[in-house]
Amino acid sequence: MIGQSLKRVVQIFIVTLMMLSINGFAAADKSDVTEAMLDNGMKILIKQDHRAPVVVAQVWYRIGSSYEPDGITGVSHVLEHMMFKGTGKYPKGEFNRIIAENGGKDNAFTGRDYTAYFQTLEKSRLAVSMELESDRMQGILLDEDEFAKELNVVIEERRLRTEDKAESKVYEKYNEAAFPGHPYGRPVIGWMRDLEKLEVDELKKWYQRYYSPANAVLVVVGDVDPAEVIAMAKKYYGPLKSTAVESPEKHVVVNQKATKRITVKAPANVPYVIIGFHVPAVANKPENDWEPYALEVMSAILDGGSAARFSDQLVRGQQVATAVSTSYDPFARLAGHFLISGNPARDKSIGQLEKAVLEQLKMLQGKPVSETELQRVKAQVIASNVYERDSVFYQGMKLGLMETMHNDWRLSETHNDRLQAVTAEQVKYVARKYFQPENMTVAVLDPQPIPSNEKSAKTDSKISSKEQYNAN
Amino acid sequence: MPTRLLEILVLFFIFPGLAAAAPKIEHWVTEKGARAYFIETHALPMVDINLVFNAASAREPADRQGLAMLTSEMLLEGSGDLDSKAIAEGFEDRGAEVGTSSHRDMAIVSLRSLSDKQYLDPVVDLLAAVISEPSFPEKNLEREKARSLQSLDHSLQQPNTVGKRLLYESLYKGHPYANHPAGTHESLKSINRDDLVAFHRQFYVASNMVIAVVGDLNLAEAKDLVKRVSAQFNKGKAAAALPDAPAIRAGEHRIGFPSTQSHVMTAYLGIKRDDPRHLALKVGNYSLGGGGFQSRMMDEIRDKRGLSYGAYSYFLPMQQTGPFIASLSTKNEQVEEAYTVSKEVIDEYLKTGPTAKELELAKKNITGGFPLTIDSNKKLVSTLSAIGFYSLPVDYLDTYIDRVNALDHKEVTQAMQSVLGSASRVTVIVGEGQ
Repeated sequence: MIGQSLKRVVQIFIVTLMMLSINGFAAADKSDVTEAMLDNGMKILIKQDHRAPVVVAQVWYRIGSSYEPDGITGVSHVLEHMMFKGTGKYPKGEFNRIIAENGGKDNAFTGRDYTAYFQTLEKSRLAVSMELESDRMQGILLDEDEFAKELNVVIEERRLRTEDKAESKVYEKYNEAAFPGHPYGRPVIGWMRDLEKLEVDELKKWYQRYYSPANAVLVVVGDVDPAEVIAMAKKYYGPLKSTAVESPEKHVVVNQKATKRITVKAPANVPYVIIGFHVPAVANKPENDWEPYALEVMSAILDGGSAARFSDQLVRGQQVATAVSTSYDPFARLAGHFLISGNPARDKSIGQLEKAVLEQLKMLQGKPVSETELQRVKAQVIASNVYERDSVFYQGMKLGLMETMHNDWRLSETHNDRLQAVTAEQVKYVARKYFQPENMTVAVLDPQPIPSNEKSAKTDSKISSKEQYNAN
Repeated sequence: MPTRLLEILVLFFIFPGLAAAAPKIEHWVTEKGARAYFIETHALPMVDINLVFNAASAREPADRQGLAMLTSEMLLEGSGDLDSKAIAEGFEDRGAEVGTSSHRDMAIVSLRSLSDKQYLDPVVDLLAAVISEPSFPEKNLEREKARSLQSLDHSLQQPNTVGKRLLYESLYKGHPYANHPAGTHESLKSINRDDLVAFHRQFYVASNMVIAVVGDLNLAEAKDLVKRVSAQFNKGKAAAALPDAPAIRAGEHRIGFPSTQSHVMTAYLGIKRDDPRHLALKVGNYSLGGGGFQSRMMDEIRDKRGLSYGAYSYFLPMQQTGPFIASLSTKNEQVEEAYTVSKEVIDEYLKTGPTAKELELAKKNITGGFPLTIDSNKKLVSTLSAIGFYSLPVDYLDTYIDRVNALDHKEVTQAMQSVLGSASRVTVIVGEGQ
């Protein structure tokens, strides 16, 4: 991943947070997605949005950390970085330079189940994006020296995002504990031990295996004419040859038999806890096909705003948490997971926070949620359905996610209706079915002191006082 | 398409009608003295409203740091008969999103709602009532103070936060911009309800407020909405001008921290938001550290040497002189090398400014990318807020591209040299072994 602010390993955590606020297209929009397929198997999705003279083009590949075998974790993400390091036709630096010269923004992101590249441009420059993006689908150089330098950049990225962030470490260890032997147990950015010995040959194999038009989806959203976009896509992407891409192994989560608990020690000032449960995603085809949507509504009942239960009862009422939130992605490719994470209030312990959270879950299992709460969630669904159309990038992101992970972008259209159909009884049903002790994993941060250092400040030693910089 | 053909295409792209495409900004002042800005757009059935007050940390006494933030956080905690839950429900039951934030210059209250009157009218009236007359319940304040202390501790787990705080303290010693928006442990504990009431009475007033509105309303509807909001507030007075920033006491500060990376941040005093050199510096900084992979910092530190994931610089112009900051982070063992390279990059750049090629690229990116900066209601309302808060001309967007295109090498280089050319800079390095 390249760039700075826009750039992030899109871990499922983040995606889930976004997924919670997005809820399908309005019925009126059903006709404004145009779908096409090139002869080489590349899928094209176009959504018109004529509000501004802008276009976003995204190319999604069905590849990400959940496809990686042990020993080369992080290879998808490192390859994403190397996609910016030159092809035979456009040497290193040219891609970014040409996009910049055209006033564009470009970047890429890797997740568990996808890798995506995008450019946002003034609408008349779409061809520039297609020329460059189609060129690097099969033409990157993977130069040994460039790889060595870029690997160091990725290792620094891992230090920045994970090694030096106590809560990220807990999240990483949480996943390892909750998903033993399962691809979702590995970090998107890869284990440090694997990154340190990664070789460029592994990237070459990975690139040849997965970067094929038949394994890619082109999403274009903006002030465009679909017929022109399709003609342009044929011109640039049409000549690329598809190689057979084998379907990935279908990993199943091992049935958990008892509560798992882990503790992570790291320098920090504030404790943190993650409590999670294995639950189904749409892809798992649960016994009742409404279960993922009921779980999503439940997530909003608990954490869908300041009037929702967690804010109202845990932060304000009992004052047991400083912050507490839920996350659930109904559209994960392999497995769903319901996560609750939070920091205890100043005079409260992790144990007290956990107890209060579990009591909240118990309440969901007892009494059906009130009509008022359900209606509030549904009002938020209707509104966010409009609000999300304020971003062309996000509209593209939804189409790309659904098509890449489920070969079905229409899932994003029915999503809204599915949420609207959820009943209070269904919410209670999933709470009873899945919030069970044997299905639970708990990860706790045990904060280690951050020692003060008084030798600092060569010119003004008063500045870095202990009180100021070290809370405990 | 061969490379050369693409180059030709790029060279001959003209930006058709872009200047004309900038949305029309309506501006008026309400009877109470609030300054209103409006952009009409009916593409989506929604409205965004920002109330922007000159009521952030630059307005709090040094021994009450965090007061502005606490006031902002307490705005939705109670008003009249309504408690925090009733207020939250009042917005969320109608699908509206409301938020408050406060940093150094601006305290912002934002509202996003569907434009249908059955939703919009009640949430706008609720917003105006609650923000103009918050009750600041004592019990809720105690809870929010405890939460703020916990948030402060939480943020101090990050070496870059620790460094950034010291950077502002050193850069603005004795000036309100040295205040930490999130407060200090001592100051947060000392804040009481009377402080909030007085702060709100002085600064959350119509004469100290910008109302920015974007969305599915016509001008008459927008004027009515703004009037209803403004009418709820006391007229009051606009906040006084902030004192000039003091001269920098150059220095290098190092803080030990148990992290695998060291964070290096170097700051200079930059400019005020209304400085005529603003665009010249934006263009100038693009090639230094603002233009991502097109900038020298990224090229030298990340691309050529693989030392850091990010390496960048930016100006943060404010109502008083804001900072210029250049940052990177790298593993502790190689921090001196990365620090040396970053200093060399800055010093070298200040000698001669951008090359002709760099300047051309910077201008093309900034002008060609202009449509992307105003392509959503969210971006428009934040642009309007800045135009209003900093009293920029209402044709700011219309003339933007022409003003960038008019800049030449001399103007850009002189602007960079005049602002950053002196050796006065402060550097903070935070990491293990520092």
